[in-house]
Amino acid sequence: MTRDVFIQASYLAASISFILGLRMLTRPDKARRGMQLAAVGMLFAVVGTLLNHTIVDYRWIVGGLVLGTVIGYPMGTRVPMTAMPQRIALSLTLSALAATLVGVAEYYTRMNAGTPPDRVTMTALGFEIMLGCITVGGTIVAAGKLQEWLPSKPLTYKGQNFFNGLVFLAILVLLVSVISDPMKQWAFYSMIGISLLFGIMLVLPIGGADMPVVVALLNSYSGLASCATGFAIGNVILIISGSLDGSSGFILSILMSKAMNRSFTNVLFGAFGSEVTAGTGKTSEGLAVRSIGVEDAAIQLAYAQLVIVIPGYGMAVAQAQHMVRELAELIEKRGGEVKFAVHPVAGRMPGHMNVLLAEANVPYDKLYDMDEINSEFDRADVALVIGANDVVNPAARTDKSSPIYGMPILNADRAKSVIVLKRGMSAGFAGIENELFYDKRTSMLFGDAKASLSGLVTEIKNV
Amino acid sequence: MSSELLELYVFVLAAFTGYMVISRVPPLLHTPLMAATNAIAGISLVGSLIAAGAAANRVATILGFVAVVAATSNIVGGFIIVDRMLKMFKRDVPSAKKEEVTAK
Repeated sequence: MTRDVFIQASYLAASISFILGLRMLTRPDKARRGMQLAAVGMLFAVVGTLLNHTIVDYRWIVGGLVLGTVIGYPMGTRVPMTAMPQRIALSLTLSALAATLVGVAEYYTRMNAGTPPDRVTMTALGFEIMLGCITVGGTIVAAGKLQEWLPSKPLTYKGQNFFNGLVFLAILVLLVSVISDPMKQWAFYSMIGISLLFGIMLVLPIGGADMPVVVALLNSYSGLASCATGFAIGNVILIISGSLDGSSGFILSILMSKAMNRSFTNVLFGAFGSEVTAGTGKTSEGLAVRSIGVEDAAIQLAYAQLVIVIPGYGMAVAQAQHMVRELAELIEKRGGEVKFAVHPVAGRMPGHMNVLLAEANVPYDKLYDMDEINSEFDRADVALVIGANDVVNPAARTDKSSPIYGMPILNADRAKSVIVLKRGMSAGFAGIENELFYDKRTSMLFGDAKASLSGLVTEIKNV
Repeated sequence: MSSELLELYVFVLAAFTGYMVISRVPPLLHTPLMAATNAIAGISLVGSLIAAGAAANRVATILGFVAVVAATSNIVGGFIIVDRMLKMFKRDVPSAKKEEVTAK
């Protein structure tokens, strides 16, 4: 009895530390301590669980804990910040995998002992397996695409949505049939396979730029899977942590879709990049871009009062964040002001640009959200666009036929002048021409972002 | 009240709390937030430990063992990454810096 009280107390302490930890994550200066608190809470929960009287054999547990630590430690210390999107996707895979395996073990044990789960438990187990397997399948594909082991272009074929719909229907039928009769083992086990397949099919048609939404959505699935595990084995801490994880994923996916002015269904079933050939958008014919040399761009930047930098995925690809910081410091030393405008969906995951810039030692009070900075473009002398495209495309405001119409954008076109660092004139991810590049006030500085930036730094030093 | 209903209460209240707390996290910290909630989701270790240690049958033990490995690596790696990330977020101290320069 005292043992049970101790276990429950450790779970309560863990829950409180998780919530307080997340609460402290609202303040960048307190966030770190908050997460250390959460880690201590995790330790409490684990120690509490080890006292559980149903645990009789500690050999596999110790082996698993040791092996997990050996694998997890380098996954924490060695992975570079630039690989963070795929690392996050992979950690979703792992947590969903653990939840799924616990569910299968629970079902197998009950069937083996001749005490099949009742309907309530079976419902929880069913959802756990379904959500867990969809997350595992989906996140593996997402991680593969982000790591570019798989083509990051959307993979589409005719009748794709119809086929996926059929697969999902099959999952629902299996789910209902196993809940109505938990003895149907074939239904349970085939649901595992088909849910995995569905997860894979769901993410294959989704392109790189839509990844933030998908990763966030899968995050909420994996949280719900943990929750369902909690219901299935009657464990409250799993329910609490799972719902924290689930709501975080839910909030992020809503924010991300809003920032793209698209609904979930559109992201999941729209296969954005593939259909734009049909989407009209204005073509570039007859328009000319103004190309600029490093020297001229350097002079503009050197004498600017306010420079707003707009980083995009191109900056991450070129690994140019450190060069950006150097450039910004140089401009500031000359008396100019530099601010960074971060669009919510810039990059491949929520907050991607912020982490990269923080890694490059850009102080976080210089990083501004879209809403904070958009009114300041009017007074900016230069908007410096580094490897961003769709998030500054004015067509989102004006061109109703454009696929990105309605998406909130950064007002780069309102700055007195715009310098765009870009590798070539290829269209952005969405495959749409960007009017901003043809604007009178815009100059294009072609070349690799990192090389261009280091050129700018050298030139500004000479000005 | 049945235990399932009680669990449902816990779920609804926790989800509500989560929503209230997490919607206040600034976009600046959205990546650390994802990493943090993933590390916390490693809590499925709790279920995995029970499956691995209950010695119910060989299949459950092995599945539990794999789950323990997956969840542990997620927790260890996850919390290390969050800490690494949050360590990078620094505030600018322009006034302090300028004073230093003038002092020289």
